[in-house]
Formats: sequence, C-alpha cells, structure tokens
Amino acid sequence: MNAANAPTAAPYTTIVGLEVHLQLQTRTKLFCGCSTAFGAPPNTQVCPVCLGLPGSLPVMNRAAFELAMKAALALDCTIASFTKWDRKNYFYPDLPKGYQISQFDLPFSSSGSLEVVDPKGTFAPRTVRIVRVHLEEDAGKSMHDDTAGRADSRIDLNRAGTPLCEIVTEPDLRSPQEARAWLNELKLLLEYLGVSDCNMQEGSLRVDANVNLHIPEASGRIAKTPIVEIKNMNSFRSVERALIYEVARQWEEWQQTRAELGTMPKQTRGWDDPAGVTRAQRHKEESSDYRYFPEPDLVPVTVSPQQLAAVRASMESPPKQLRQSLQSQWNISAYDADVLVNQGRDLVAYFETLAAQVGGGKVASNWMQQDVLRMLKERGGAIADFPVQPAGLADLIARVTAGTFDTSRAREIFAEMVANGRSAADVVGAMEIAAVGEDELRDLCRELLARNPKIVADVQGGKEQAVAGLIGQARKQNANVNPGEFRTMCLEMIRTMGR
Amino acid sequence: MQPAELSAVDIVAAVRQGDLSAVQCAETFLSRIEAGNGSINAFLNVDREGAVACAAKIDARRRAGQPIGPLAGLPVAVKDVLCTANLPTTCASKMLEHFQPPYDADTVSRLRQADAIIVGKTNMDEFAMGGSNENSAFGPVRNPWDLSRAPGGSSGGSAACVAADMAPVAIGSDTGGSIRQPAGLCGITGLKPTYGRVSRRGLIAFASSLDQIGPMARSAADCALVLETIAGHDPGDSTSLVASVPRYTELLEQPLTGVRIGRVPDHFAEGLDPEVAKGVEEAFAVLKAAGATVLDIRMPHAKYGVPTYYLIAPCEASSNLARYDGAHYGRRCEETAARKGSRASNGAIAYDSPLVEMYCRSRGEGFGPEVKRRIMLGTYALSAGYYDAYYAKAMKVRRLIRQDYLDAFEHVDLIGGPVSATPAFKLGEKTGDPLAMYLVDLYTVAANLAGIGGISFPCGFTKSGLPIGFQLQAPALGEPLLLRASDRFQRLTDWHLRRPKKSVR
Ligand SMILES: [Zn+2]
Repeated sequence: MNAANAPTAAPYTTIVGLEVHLQLQTRTKLFCGCSTAFGAPPNTQVCPVCLGLPGSLPVMNRAAFELAMKAALALDCTIASFTKWDRKNYFYPDLPKGYQISQFDLPFSSSGSLEVVDPKGTFAPRTVRIVRVHLEEDAGKSMHDDTAGRADSRIDLNRAGTPLCEIVTEPDLRSPQEARAWLNELKLLLEYLGVSDCNMQEGSLRVDANVNLHIPEASGRIAKTPIVEIKNMNSFRSVERALIYEVARQWEEWQQTRAELGTMPKQTRGWDDPAGVTRAQRHKEESSDYRYFPEPDLVPVTVSPQQLAAVRASMESPPKQLRQSLQSQWNISAYDADVLVNQGRDLVAYFETLAAQVGGGKVASNWMQQDVLRMLKERGGAIADFPVQPAGLADLIARVTAGTFDTSRAREIFAEMVANGRSAADVVGAMEIAAVGEDELRDLCRELLARNPKIVADVQGGKEQAVAGLIGQARKQNANVNPGEFRTMCLEMIRTMGR
Repeated sequence: MQPAELSAVDIVAAVRQGDLSAVQCAETFLSRIEAGNGSINAFLNVDREGAVACAAKIDARRRAGQPIGPLAGLPVAVKDVLCTANLPTTCASKMLEHFQPPYDADTVSRLRQADAIIVGKTNMDEFAMGGSNENSAFGPVRNPWDLSRAPGGSSGGSAACVAADMAPVAIGSDTGGSIRQPAGLCGITGLKPTYGRVSRRGLIAFASSLDQIGPMARSAADCALVLETIAGHDPGDSTSLVASVPRYTELLEQPLTGVRIGRVPDHFAEGLDPEVAKGVEEAFAVLKAAGATVLDIRMPHAKYGVPTYYLIAPCEASSNLARYDGAHYGRRCEETAARKGSRASNGAIAYDSPLVEMYCRSRGEGFGPEVKRRIMLGTYALSAGYYDAYYAKAMKVRRLIRQDYLDAFEHVDLIGGPVSATPAFKLGEKTGDPLAMYLVDLYTVAANLAGIGGISFPCGFTKSGLPIGFQLQAPALGEPLLLRASDRFQRLTDWHLRRPKKSVR
C-alpha cells in the first residue's frame, strides 16, 4: 500500500483544499435568455449578450441567483444581504467579452461547512469549512483540432454564460480518500436540492485540488511543502488517484530538495489520467492578474430576510437529515440508511413507500439492499425506470411472509417480475406456484429416500449434510418444494427408519 | 418655409397636419447632406433609400387615416456608436469598419417606433474617445461655423450635422461631455440626461458607468420632444432607471421665477477665454431677467474631475474594448501574418503563439492611437499593485464629487457655467498634446461622474463668429427644469436661431 493510503502511519500530514465549479441547473443562462441544455450543435444556444456583441448588456437571471442561494444555504453559508458583480479580465477565444462576470471581494455567501461521515469508519467524521461560494458565468468551450498539423481551434459558445457556482473550501481534508468521500457527499447534497446534475463528464462539475504536506521535524517545527494545484481531473476517482500520486510525489521531492512553501510560486499540475501522473503545467504569467473591478453594467444584488426565508422554505431536506430520519423512522442501521440515501431521493422515496406497505423498515431495507439495488446495478438506469413498483414488491414480500413460498423462490419470482414487468400474482400463476401440501411432501420424501439408499446410509452414518443431494432432485420434480421443509421431513423420516 | 429651417416640433406638427409630407421632408435633408457632407464629413453612412422608404410608409399611413407616431416624419441622425440593424455600426474605428449589428439599440428602436426617420450614422471620435472628432478613423468632422476648426467631440458629427441643417435632430452620447461640448462649439442645444434615463442597450460601450445617450437639436424644446421618446426604463439594461417619463414638452411653460441657479466662481479662474466668460456672464443676466436668482456656490472637489475621469473611464474602456480581439467579429489581421508568430524575441511561448500574435496584430491594426492610449492607461491603473492608488482612489473622489453636487443642490436648483474654456479650436491644434485635449472636458466630466443631467446651449458668439456655449446642470432626474430653463432662455434670445454663414445652404 502506498504511504499516502495510510496517512496515520505516514511521517507527514496531508493537507487538501478543494475548489469546485458547479453548473447550476437553470433553464436559461445567467445573464441572458439562452438555453443551457447540454449537447446542442455548437453555437446554436447563443445571443448577442452571451456572444459579447458590441452594445449588448447583461441582465441577471434571478432564478439562477436563488438556486445558488440554495446551494450556499445547504452548505450552511451566510448569505450576504448585499452583493455585487465584478469583471475578471483575461483574453481567451472562448471568452467573447474578454472578461468574465464573476464576484471578487463581496461574494454572495461565505463561511459554511459540510461534514462527511464514513459509515464504514475508514476515517473519522470530517467537517470541511467552506470559505465562500460565489456565482459567475461560465466560458465557452475550445475544441482543438490537431489533425494534419493544422492546429486549428474551434469555439463553441453554447456554454458561455451558463451560471456557475464556485465553492472554495478551507484546506481541511486530510487524505485523498476523505477528499473523494467529501466530493461524493457534496454531489449528493446538490443533487438532492436540485441545484446541479453534477455531471463531471458533461462538465457540470469541475474540481481543482490544492495539496501539500505538513512534516513534523525533530525540533517540533512543522515543515510545509509548496502547495500544488491539480487540474484536469474528470471523476472523483481521478481526484483521489491524483491526490495519492501527488502526495507521494511531494514526499519524494521533499526528501530530495527540502523545498518549503513560500520559496517558489504556486505550481499548477495537470492530471494525466491514462498515465496516472500529474505533470507541471506551463506557468502563464497573464493568468496572474485579472484586473478585477466592479461590473458597471449590473446593479448590486440585495437579499432581504423575506427572500432568504422563502428560499429556505423551498428547500427539501438534505441527505444528512434524511439518513437520520430513515434510521429513526424505520429502525434501520446507519449503514443501510447511508446506502439508501446515497442512491438519491427517488430511491429513498421507493424505499419509504415499500416500508410503509410491508409494514416494516428492516424487511424493506433488506429487499432494497440485496435485491432492488443489485437488479438496478445489473440493469443500469434509474429507479424511476425500474419495472417493479413498490406496491408490486410489497405484494411479493407479503406472500413470503404468509409462507406461500420461501425467499429463494421469491427471488426467482422477483427476477421474472423485473425481467418482464409482470406482477407477483401473474408470475406465481404462470409458474403454477402453490404451497406443497404435507401429504404431497411426505410422498415425495418417501419416494426419493427409497431411490437413494446411499444417501440414507450416509445420513444414518452421521453425515447429515448428505441430505442436500436430495433437495435438488426434489425441486426438479416439484419446483414449489420448500427446501427447508423438505430437508426437515427427510431427516425426520430417516431417523424413524433407523428405529 | 423650407423644412430645413423648421424646428423638430414644427416638422412633426406639419407632417401630422398634412402640410408637409414625410418624403418631402426627408428628401430636403438628404439633399442637404449630399451637398454639404463632402466638406463637413458629419456622416459616415447615409441611408437615403431606407429613409425615403420609411417616410413614404408614414405618408401612406397618414393618408389612410391610420395612427402615426409622435415623431412621425422627423429625420434623425444617429451617432455611429448606436447599433442599427439595417446599417453598419463602426464607432468610427477600423476595428468595426464592416461590423453589422444584428439588432437596433433601444434608442433606435424607440425612434423607429415613434416613426422618426433615421437618415444616417454620424461621425465621431473613435469609440467616443476624444473631444475634437479628430480621432475618427474616417477623417475629422469640420465645424460648420469655420471649416478649419474642430466641431468638438466625441459627438462631433451629430453636432455639426444639426448646425449645418443636415438634420433637425441628432442622437449623441456623452461620457465626459461628448454631447454638451460639441453642442457648445457648434452652436446647438445638447442634453446629457441623468445616468440611466435613456437605456444604454445597443450603445457600444466606452465607459459603462458614465455613458449616457441624449438628444442634440437646435433648441431645448426640440430636445424635450426627442427625450420623451428615447427616455424610459428598459428591462434589457439593468442600470436604466425605472422612473416614469414626464411629458417634457408640456412642462416648458412655467416661468423661472424663484428658480435658484448656482454659479461656481472657480469656473471663471485662469484659463477661461475672456469672450467665453463674457458670454456666460451675460447668460446669467438673461436668466436673472427671466426671474431666476443666481447664487455663488463652491464645488471643492471639481478640480479633481478631469484626473478622476481619466482614470475611471480608461479602466472601464480597457475592459469594454477587450472583446475586439479579432476572434469573433470585427477586424482580424491577415492569417499568414498571425501564423508567423514572428515575435520570437519575446521568449515565453505563450506570447508568440499564433493566437496571441493574431490578438496583437488585429488590435494593433484596428485601434487608433487615442484608443490604444486609453486602453493602456486603464490596463495599467487596474493592474495588481496599482488598483488602490488609481482606480480605488478615483472611485473615492468620484463619491466626493457626487457629494459636492448633493450639497450644492441643497441651496440651488440648477448650476450654470461655461461648457468649455474656449470656442472651437483649430483642427490639429491640440492633437499633439493629449493632456491639453483632455482638458476640453474640464467643465463637463463632473456631471458624468455624479450621474446627473446637463444641457448645453448657445449663449453668444465671439467676434470672429464662433458660438459660445452655456451649460446648466440639475440634480438627478432634473430634466424638466433643465429643459424649461433652457427653453425660457431661448424664448428671450435668438443665439440658437443663428446659422453658420459659410456652410452650404
Ligand atoms: Zn445568450
């Protein structure tokens, strides 16, 4: 195991802070009426404002601002009663105005936190402080065409002007695993609140990580390695991998160079996922001075206590609260509650309906964990598209509880229900499933024992497990045979035969 | 009477009555433009066909008894900084020489809605940066009163075309005096409304927090008529005011009795041309005779107006003009030149990439020297380490200047004084000295910094026959009083009715 995978054993502490860019799930862009839908042909969702044509002016989309407020409130941030916009100036072809409308010294929210708890206990619960959350417009996308040495770039401005929340944390994370888990929790939270779809592949969530090491020296002094910013990570897994790599790299570099924080400018390194390494990026001098100043085309935004209360009231319960309420209301374990909540709000709703209909959280939770989730995983897709509704599953579970058939038989029925979208009753009827009567079972036992003298002898010789060989034969003859009942009856008969 | 000699108010009335056809009116002004523009260069683009077609439709509607708009048949010249969907909009810059906006500016839409007739786009200082109209990439405008002199700027084309009877009304924009100063130097009336009174949507930005669109005409009454149409809230401009628009033309009658007008003694300090000083003092006398009281007031921070302005405006301009990068529209250098990436001596790879080479060359070729100067000033002042000393400090002084006005308007209703220190200067006289050129804004920039309205109108002539301008400023949304006082002055004087002798008639 890599040293970074076991921070407690390492001769240093890993210090990680994250910067998350999040596209808000609004219908329209932040400062114009263009659609934000992903995947449209290039430059079809644009207008004079997001193209930055001369004379065009931005107008703030209040819905986007309120959605950003939701995100900030969910992160326990303080919402400023007065906030303003600033211009961040830099030249890039996918930035049509030559500046990005952002927030500099007065972000709309600050000072929040989000806790991450690992129910498996691989790390202690960690509260990560949020420095600030601010709102800005996204840039367009550059697509570089390197074919035939032309090195042409094409620009798609569909994304330009999409509302983007920037969330900056304090360097409170202490391992790559924690960073990944915290990002998962953040994603879950934002998805629950309908703030963002958090799709990293489509670029609606982007993460940069700042990392360095704190190394205690014999003198008691703590040496700090230079902070490195890692970019280009396209999944939470790659965030974790990049951090693991970078921590090891910094430790190695420290041992060779003893270079400390402050002795060199902050370095930016890009994550090369296939190669599994971070690489130094060229230092761009022009990126260091954005010449921020207040955006004169927009008026400051004020938030009244009433507006704040209205946004708060419109918010649904966050995952943390939901986990607790599932545990207390349905009497399930923290681990089970975590698994359910992590699957998203729709799955939790499915579970709660099921639990209410079968009249118990535990049995419902077991079915969810062992069967529904497994099937979902096999099939792919969301719970919303799952062919068996909670009522259908509840009906099946009720039959098991009534003793009509056992759980393993029920699983077969469930598989059939899922595969062909049929009801339990339908499947049971079609498979001629009915409880096998005691007389019928006794006849079957007798017949099979007579046909298998060796098994009888083995059992009589003390090898009770030999009776398992009979169960398969019994089920071949009658699929409805309950294996447990059959086994008990066979053993009972053999005992009587021996007397 | 020839339509060219009618006021805008009279033209609109005559068209409405059927005494004058919109086509006849448009034709008159178009032929005056065609005859005179060669020597004055007030227009960059004349839309004869569009104007006549538009006028014909208005005539047809009027004859058919259908309703016509409040400015029906009124020819209007529009400064080439306002976007027009049917005409290129160049800002008098090579950068936008062939730029065709896909939309009309809010002001242009309102004019069209009111059935005004857009006759063409007027010359200006490039991107509205300048006070003489000599910074146009398409040649300077000449002052109709003396063709060897500058008309002022940056709305020099708009001022000159009205002075030369090529249009009864023009639209200008004023960032530091660009309506009032050329109006003063060309002997016409120009109103810079309160910041936000007229939507800036479609106005190509120079300095967003200072820019304001306004009417330029022969009289205050004509300005009032046009302002009624172009003022008003625009949901597309967050900084446009939501206040309702008064019927300015109906608020002109009330006498000036009891109106207090402030006079700033500092305005008459060294540097003010004696003939201008005399004209301005006589204007105060006329206003007094009309019933106003004149009181001396202090504006302690006014002297910092020009330096403050020349920090804030270039800072905003450096950002507003960043979009002209050759990547999306506007001028782009030759592709082969960009691909050379010939600035190899620069070292860092990023700086001699074809992309950066394209930016540098396109901007280098597209912008004139004054625009470049202001972009550099602004970029410098906003840079890390300088921001506090320049931009932040300028913003503090701006607040002090605003406070000066608030304090002053506790005691007076209007503030009067000169528009510029001298009458029209010779072309080329100040082009070698940017600082001298910046001082032409001495009396006008403070109103932009404070966001209040100001008006300029002629109050006399020098012995050599050059107009002298008088400026009035009012508290925010004080346009009714500005227009009323100016109109009252014009009922008592005839300076605004004088016409340049040398211009083609
Ligand atoms: Zn748009």
